[in-house]
Amino acid sequence: MNEPALTAELIASHGLKPDEYQRILKLIGRAPTFTELGIFSAMWNEHCSYKSSRLHLRGLPTKAPWVIQGPGENAGVIDIGDGEACVFKMESHNHPSFIEPYQGAATGVGGILRDVFTMGARPVACLNALRFGAPEHPKTRHLVAGVVAGIGGYGNSFGVPTVGGQVGFHTRYDGNILVNAMAVGLARSDAIFYAKATGVGNPIVYLGSKTGRDGIHGASMASAAFEADAEEKRPTVQVGDPFAEKLLLEACLELMQTGAVIAIQDMGAAGLTSSAVEMGAKGNLGIELDLDAVPCREAGMSAYEMMLSESQERMLMVLDPARAEIAKAVFVKWGLDFAIVGKTTDNLRFVVKHGGEVKADLPIKELGDEAPLYDRPWVAKPKQAVIEARDVRPPVSPDVALLRLLATPDLCSKRWVWEQYDHLILGNSVQQPGGDAAVVRVGDGPKGLAFTTDVTPRYCEADPVEGGRQAVAEAWRNLTASGARPLALTDNLNFGNPEKPEAMGQLVGCIKGIGEACAALDFPVVSGNVSLYNETQGRGILPTPTIGGVGLVKDVAKAASIGFKKADEVIMLIGATAGWLGQSLYLRDICGLERGAPPPVNLDAERRNGDFVRELIAFGDVSAVHDLADGGLGVALAEMALAGNLGARITVLPEGERHGVLFGEDQARYVVTATTANSLRIAKAAGQAGVPLVALGVTGGTALALPDCEPLALARLREAHESWLPAYMGA
Amino acid sequence: MKAAIITFPGSNREGDVFRALADVTGHKPVHVWHADYELPAGTDLVVLPGGFSYGDYLRCGAIAGRAHIMQAVKAHAARGGLVLGICNGFQILVESGLLPGVLMRNANLRFVCRMQHLRVERTDTPFTRAYQPHQVIKVCIAHGEGNYIADDETMARLEGEGLVAFRYCDGAGMVGGAANPNGSLHDIAGIYASDRRVLGLMPHPENLIDPLVGGIDGRGLFKSLLAA
Repeated sequence: MNEPALTAELIASHGLKPDEYQRILKLIGRAPTFTELGIFSAMWNEHCSYKSSRLHLRGLPTKAPWVIQGPGENAGVIDIGDGEACVFKMESHNHPSFIEPYQGAATGVGGILRDVFTMGARPVACLNALRFGAPEHPKTRHLVAGVVAGIGGYGNSFGVPTVGGQVGFHTRYDGNILVNAMAVGLARSDAIFYAKATGVGNPIVYLGSKTGRDGIHGASMASAAFEADAEEKRPTVQVGDPFAEKLLLEACLELMQTGAVIAIQDMGAAGLTSSAVEMGAKGNLGIELDLDAVPCREAGMSAYEMMLSESQERMLMVLDPARAEIAKAVFVKWGLDFAIVGKTTDNLRFVVKHGGEVKADLPIKELGDEAPLYDRPWVAKPKQAVIEARDVRPPVSPDVALLRLLATPDLCSKRWVWEQYDHLILGNSVQQPGGDAAVVRVGDGPKGLAFTTDVTPRYCEADPVEGGRQAVAEAWRNLTASGARPLALTDNLNFGNPEKPEAMGQLVGCIKGIGEACAALDFPVVSGNVSLYNETQGRGILPTPTIGGVGLVKDVAKAASIGFKKADEVIMLIGATAGWLGQSLYLRDICGLERGAPPPVNLDAERRNGDFVRELIAFGDVSAVHDLADGGLGVALAEMALAGNLGARITVLPEGERHGVLFGEDQARYVVTATTANSLRIAKAAGQAGVPLVALGVTGGTALALPDCEPLALARLREAHESWLPAYMGA
Repeated sequence: MKAAIITFPGSNREGDVFRALADVTGHKPVHVWHADYELPAGTDLVVLPGGFSYGDYLRCGAIAGRAHIMQAVKAHAARGGLVLGICNGFQILVESGLLPGVLMRNANLRFVCRMQHLRVERTDTPFTRAYQPHQVIKVCIAHGEGNYIADDETMARLEGEGLVAFRYCDGAGMVGGAANPNGSLHDIAGIYASDRRVLGLMPHPENLIDPLVGGIDGRGLFKSLLAA
């Protein structure tokens, strides 16, 4: 095959800047071949090299006594006791999902599941965080339908419950939606598999589906902003096959039991290139690949195409040569391709042969280690003015505001979405979608894990540091509200173009805030993903650092849920209420003002109040628990009433302007219910612990009655809450 | 009671039904691989589990319905052996001809996973004897192709011979309307073969065996089988 000449244009089309190309020339002492250019482009793009974010990510807390594996592997691993480990990670598939929503979202789920079972873990739960453009944007409905069907289509077939997530809408995602998928698996803590190759001359084995021409330069696409021609990139989106992935899962786990696997790496972004280089570089070994042995879907594929294909459902392993035949039998049983495509070497070179020719011969360590690292210029966002509730004139009465808020795109019930996900398979979903955190029993229990995904992008936009802190605090709070001890998190940092100082400043600020909250709450980052260049025709997304939190529940029978349980119980608000309306949904969706400083996050108060609530749950002193977030106290009370199908009469509110108290989004707060006897003890304990507490009223009846307002019948509240999304989607 | 659960490539609720059978009957079932030709000797009950056998390629259940092991399953049914097909297992039973009719895409063209009430139509069968006549039970559904359709003659025979096992209903036992999640004719959630020893149903009783996870209304089906 005739290879094209390396013109400046060709180099630029590979996403390599002129100085980066000079770096390549200096590194290898000659001009690269076409295949080598492709390899550099794959390894040095933003998605694979983290060249803009690496410097700042170093500051994140990643360690704790229970952390088995922090960032840098396929997924993070934490110890959950009894010789068991929890393996999890979240990753974005934003650009592909905008271009081709079903396949983009489906392969996002497939990719993150592979990251988890590559480490020897059986997936037990999936979550996601989705951001779409304004509902009135002409593409939004089509994107929602496609993404939700794609997530369901892959996860349902693969056989893992999708137990939680979030869905939000904002015009800043009109041209650049976000699809962040998280997967969680369980493994024995002494049987975790890593990417690091060992031993010279060991066979490199290719497993799974065949290699085709799909997804070539997918990772490079994900590392550039969209222009008006985004649609033309449709062929770079991979096509998923959950059936093949299910077979690959079963075959891999069966194979791992045989002891034949020395190292394993899934072929995700940048496919064969990135997986082979990673295994060699981590093990201080060279890798030699013979592409003639790679199972191909079509004839005539070039070395360049094979090295850059992002065909799905593929794995690369280093096997113990003595057990290669046993390994092959497992794959034959599951009907999957198994081919020896190379070997480990001792010369630290990455050599690719095809048709008897050497197509690439590069220093393997430097491919990763010498990737560009940028300290990009950034500017901090100026502080926004604090908005006082008394300066905001309430346009409608609180009961009308509450009804309207419950029917907004961001606060309405997402049942239409999660009913398309199988959230019950495996029979361990103790807390199903719609609550604070999902709770999944571990095997036959009594232990369980709690999961949540959280971020409030409008806070991050207004104040990146405070927004970063809030995202972590809210995840920690949601886990706490289910009764779990928060253990660790995965972060999925979605930002705009890092070459613009404002967007870079958002990234730097959010990472700083995340780090501060992680440190204060003993809630380390163990895995993550950075997605930059979320920008279309010069307009960036809201900064969206999604946090995926994992916590441990000692006994799932004691986990808390949000629904009111019994009539005549006392409803209590825990945490201080200032009535903070800046950046609240009330201010935005009722008053039409998207402005002000976001609510400050007091990490000491978060910890104190959260630890207090977790204790109440552990001792069985409370019957319902809900954390306060978007929409504040009013929305939380409505959600608790709807979930329990039981009304409430609120007679006391914290001091302050009524609309601020009911809809302000002050942090570190929870609503709990308890019997009268328990409530007295709880109030006393709160006083001793320095935790603010107000008894608001009692449960009962079929309406939610706020002070001096018309009682709102639950049927009306439910109608408002449940009908917006199905009506919007035309169901 | 000896139960054999068939695993096809793409099955994914074989573990769930294993757990339900072991928990409720006290007997551990055995897993049988799709490429086998024979069932274990002395098998009383064959279970075709939920999932996406062969990735739902061609049509749901079409390829699995023609797998090696299905010859043995047909012979087992012909001898009067018990067969239970859940969700994809129901699809496989209709594709293999062990049950009449077809399962089309849900009327609204979307996959649906939710809690669902069913009315137990008769309680004199090996699958339902632990339930009360016309008992309303709450189980879950999780399918994209559960819309049961058959020709008029078949529908008349199913109704005339009392071969409808379960119907979708609301919490009060009322059938029809929004209680029907997929458009099935006559709100059919499950049917029997003529001898009522083969049952196919779309809902998942195997996921409702535990008060902590949704409820225990699915236990009755497995308890019934224990006495079979």
